[in-house]
Amino acid sequence: MLQAVLSGIPLTLGVTFVALVIGTAVSMPLLAGTLSKHRIPWLISRGVIDLLRGVPIVVWLFIFYYGVTIGPTKLSPFGAAVLGLGLVSGAYLAEIFRGAVSSVAAGQYEAGRALGFTNVDLWRAVIAPQAWRVAIPGYTTYGIGLLKDSSIASTIGVAEMVFASGNYARTSGEGITVFMVAAAVYILVSVPVGLLSRMADERLSRTVAQ
Amino acid sequence: MTFFTDAVQFLPALLGGLRVSLALTGLSLLFGLPLATLLSFGTRSANKPVRWVSIAFVEVGRGAPALVMLQFMYFGLPTAGLTLSALASATLALTWTTAAYCAEYLRGGLSAVPRGEVEGSMALGMTRWDTLRYIVIPQGWRIALPSLMGFAVILFQMTSLAYTVAVPELMSQAYTNATMSFKYMTLFVLAGSIYASISIPATWLSVLVEKRLARHL
Repeated sequence: MLQAVLSGIPLTLGVTFVALVIGTAVSMPLLAGTLSKHRIPWLISRGVIDLLRGVPIVVWLFIFYYGVTIGPTKLSPFGAAVLGLGLVSGAYLAEIFRGAVSSVAAGQYEAGRALGFTNVDLWRAVIAPQAWRVAIPGYTTYGIGLLKDSSIASTIGVAEMVFASGNYARTSGEGITVFMVAAAVYILVSVPVGLLSRMADERLSRTVAQ
Repeated sequence: MTFFTDAVQFLPALLGGLRVSLALTGLSLLFGLPLATLLSFGTRSANKPVRWVSIAFVEVGRGAPALVMLQFMYFGLPTAGLTLSALASATLALTWTTAAYCAEYLRGGLSAVPRGEVEGSMALGMTRWDTLRYIVIPQGWRIALPSLMGFAVILFQMTSLAYTVAVPELMSQAYTNATMSFKYMTLFVLAGSIYASISIPATWLSVLVEKRLARHL
């Protein structure tokens, strides 16, 4: 039975990882938009973020899996899952990064400008290195959340851990233990990741200006 | 314009499903929040067994995906001889998740109440219970309220997973109608719009509450 549950782990991790990469990429333009002083990019980013977060993940997955057809081809279950989870992650991550950027002390911007940094250099050398240190705990917490949300991919037939557990439960009739094992695996994965991020946070926050 | 004519046709079924989604959200909060209050004290209790049981309950509730909880309650429990209706098992699963998350928000809120408040009430001769009831819990709740409201929105979205255990909520209505009419895109976009039209204003409200409460803390 353990084997049946564990056979889903590669896809659970695969969906989580690819969705996190897509999410990080998607979050960058959204972040730029929410930080923008111009009204139009700001409105578009806010609208996209609110919409992505306002609709449940299952609905996004179903839209991409059942709804979207490009010519005669449909997205594969894996493709639809990482696209849906990735877009929603992009919205949540943009908010996490925005919080981190606004936590960088105002004096850091002023000092950078006073030293004659161009805007690009200011961001590259002063703001970004401090902001990502602040963002790390939020980012890893979100990553753990995404690991759990990747279970939703089972609803469109991605053979990850919950899908494998459900199959085993139906064929063997041992429903109660198999789901307990699956729950235990999720908990076992998330606890060490959480501890690691707490340690990383303590080390990195020593190098952020207060 | 076919989208709109279809929308008019499917809307009654979807709104019927929405009622079930909202009921499930309400029930989970109704049972989950009192349990969360107990757990927020349990996880800080001086009594070791109470503390460990509370921490285990919270960690399992937060660590296991809601989907696994739902499947466990609906497909798992019957194999151990306990068969619950779809709605009851979904309520049980989401109550556990709600209690676990909200216990952490409340614990954060309670521990953010300044120590001076407790010392002040001790100095005034209040009993421990009265201190909790009149001083700590009201202020802790107020600090935790924006997070709790944010969680309620997430919980509302989480109820969409209950379609996997045959609860006739919004997502399940959308899926059933989509498989019968083959109008997948129309139905899922419609369902998504209904979720968004409740989640987005609710999120704005929680941000507003956070800003207003920040003035008094």
